[in-house]
Amino acid sequence: MGSFWEYANPVKFTRMAETVLPWVSILATVTLVVGLVWGFFFTPDDYRQGSTVKIIYIHVPAALMAINVWFMMLVTSLVWLIRRHHVSALAAKAAAPVGAIMTVIALATGAIWGQPMWGTWWEWDPRLTSFLILFLFYLGYMALWEAIDNPDTAADLTAVLCIVGSVFAVLSRYAVNFWNQGLHQGASLSLDKEENVADVFSTPLYIAMAGFVLLFIALVFLRTRTEIYKRRASALLARERLG
Amino acid sequence: MIALVVRDLRLAMRAGGGFGLGLAFFLIVTVLVPFGVGPESTLLSKIAPGILWIGALLACLLSLDRIFALDWEDGSLDLLATSPLPMEGVVSIKALAHWVTTGLPLCLSAPLFGVLLHLPDQGHKWVVLSLLIGTPALSVIGTFGSALTVGLKRGGLLLSLLVLPLYVPTLIFGAEVARRGIEGLSTATPLLMLGGITFGTIALLPFASALVLRVNLR
Amino acid sequence: MTLTVTDLTISRGGIPVLEGLHFTLEAGRALVLRGPNGVGKTTLLRTIAGLQPPVSGDVDAPPESMAYAAHSDGLKATLSVAENLAFWADVFGTKSIEAALDGFKLRELMDRPAGGLSAGQKRRLGLARLLVTGRPIWILDEPTVSLDVESVALFANAVRAHLAGGGSALIATHIDLGLEADVFDVGPYRAKATSNHDSFSGDFDEGFL
Repeated sequence: MGSFWEYANPVKFTRMAETVLPWVSILATVTLVVGLVWGFFFTPDDYRQGSTVKIIYIHVPAALMAINVWFMMLVTSLVWLIRRHHVSALAAKAAAPVGAIMTVIALATGAIWGQPMWGTWWEWDPRLTSFLILFLFYLGYMALWEAIDNPDTAADLTAVLCIVGSVFAVLSRYAVNFWNQGLHQGASLSLDKEENVADVFSTPLYIAMAGFVLLFIALVFLRTRTEIYKRRASALLARERLG
Repeated sequence: MIALVVRDLRLAMRAGGGFGLGLAFFLIVTVLVPFGVGPESTLLSKIAPGILWIGALLACLLSLDRIFALDWEDGSLDLLATSPLPMEGVVSIKALAHWVTTGLPLCLSAPLFGVLLHLPDQGHKWVVLSLLIGTPALSVIGTFGSALTVGLKRGGLLLSLLVLPLYVPTLIFGAEVARRGIEGLSTATPLLMLGGITFGTIALLPFASALVLRVNLR
Repeated sequence: MTLTVTDLTISRGGIPVLEGLHFTLEAGRALVLRGPNGVGKTTLLRTIAGLQPPVSGDVDAPPESMAYAAHSDGLKATLSVAENLAFWADVFGTKSIEAALDGFKLRELMDRPAGGLSAGQKRRLGLARLLVTGRPIWILDEPTVSLDVESVALFANAVRAHLAGGGSALIATHIDLGLEADVFDVGPYRAKATSNHDSFSGDFDEGFL
């Protein structure tokens, strides 16, 4: 008992979600509010970028989630293909729209940030371009789920698409880098860089990132549970029709 | 295996097979672009390699849904799946047939259409070379997309949505080879990447295509 | 060349339709499947042919021993009758299409494009394909649809010859072919809709099925 795979049982999963969901939601709200309020109101303006820099507290966590949600979908897709746990496939389905929205947020905040900094709303900068391509992958993935009636077929096909898409997403990242060396600033957080974001900015940023992660976990729990109920309902209806 | 190639090529050549449709589409794209961007030869010759690549890519996309759709409708796909041919072989052959009927004519006609776009003289060989190396990847990736959407009623639009993002690396490296070649820069890196993508997709993607095709058949 | 089906449960669209199927098809025998429309005969044949996985149970047959003929014949309209047959003969590695042309009286049609045939003629061509596969176990789904009386007799003769040659046939059909065949009614094996109806509390993924 106590194995992680236990929660591959839809019933166990929904029960677990039932207990965990309120706590995660509360924690996510608190962390997000603390991180964003701290970041927006209690950090000094940047000497170069002024107050526009504060969009970083949404931009960076959203960008982080945009990539990691896809990565989570890749893992759950592999679990589905290998172990055939429906919950895993449904979790990938549930996560996709969240990831897509995160990508849009990252792109939009990037544009809003870039306008005063670079003097343009859009630049074919490798990072921005990669996120745009990632967004297209999300769109295709969700469209494929929508298009197929049989849930198991849909789970199989989208899982394969996710894996193949991941390979091509990485390839695209390199291709885009090769195609245009951009003007995006380097990673905002890394341990060995000189031009790292100063501590005053980074602490609330870490909190905001934790808030986004928690928010994502809460949303995925909620949406996966909904998908399980939907799946159960359609299975019952189908049985009803069979008599 | 050879029987399947012969059959597919024969079907493509006969009436209603759609052979030449992609070529005509390619021609129309190259004719439309100057209407859109203006007739200055300097601008056209600058964007010519990119236009030729995008034209080839779209012409390729146009015929993707036919790869499996016809065999699906008349039931041959079921029969092929129960035949001694391995599914991986079937999808590879399908990709090959698609390339021979679409990609290869596009490569060979690209210099002709390049003239319309004032492609610089030294550019022709680079465009043809990059297309020859890159279009097989387009066919193989397209076959995967076609296998994904084979059972769907309105699969055409979805197919484009799924396949076009997968075409990004091939397009970037392909067009880069042509552009660098024309400017006299070193083309080694993009050429190697383009070749790597083509060989990688030919080697690996048929397994994914066969897997999704089997899922779609059940 | 025996086909054995053991405790087979099959599903359509994720819902089990038939369960607990048991039967054996010996060489030289024919087995006719019966059952009302929509009970799952086609699904059963597709499962046996290996096109879809069973939910549980086994289908045992020597590898590459089955030839499957579905509702649709897999004909290419722009290829001639002979070309259609020759293609499948090539795929299955049997070179001759003569027996198939004669067996289903297609010789005078052999140069006509398959698209120009009548529904019954197309069906005959689809069935003639079985002869060029060279496989011993035939899996046939409603083979006599759109065949006239004469063609049905032609088909029955072909099956008889096949059985006499040590082959066997599993046929889902509603009409009497005049064959000496065992009959297997799948009606009683319909999956119980209530088998795990209330088991959302059950183990693992059962709640979904």
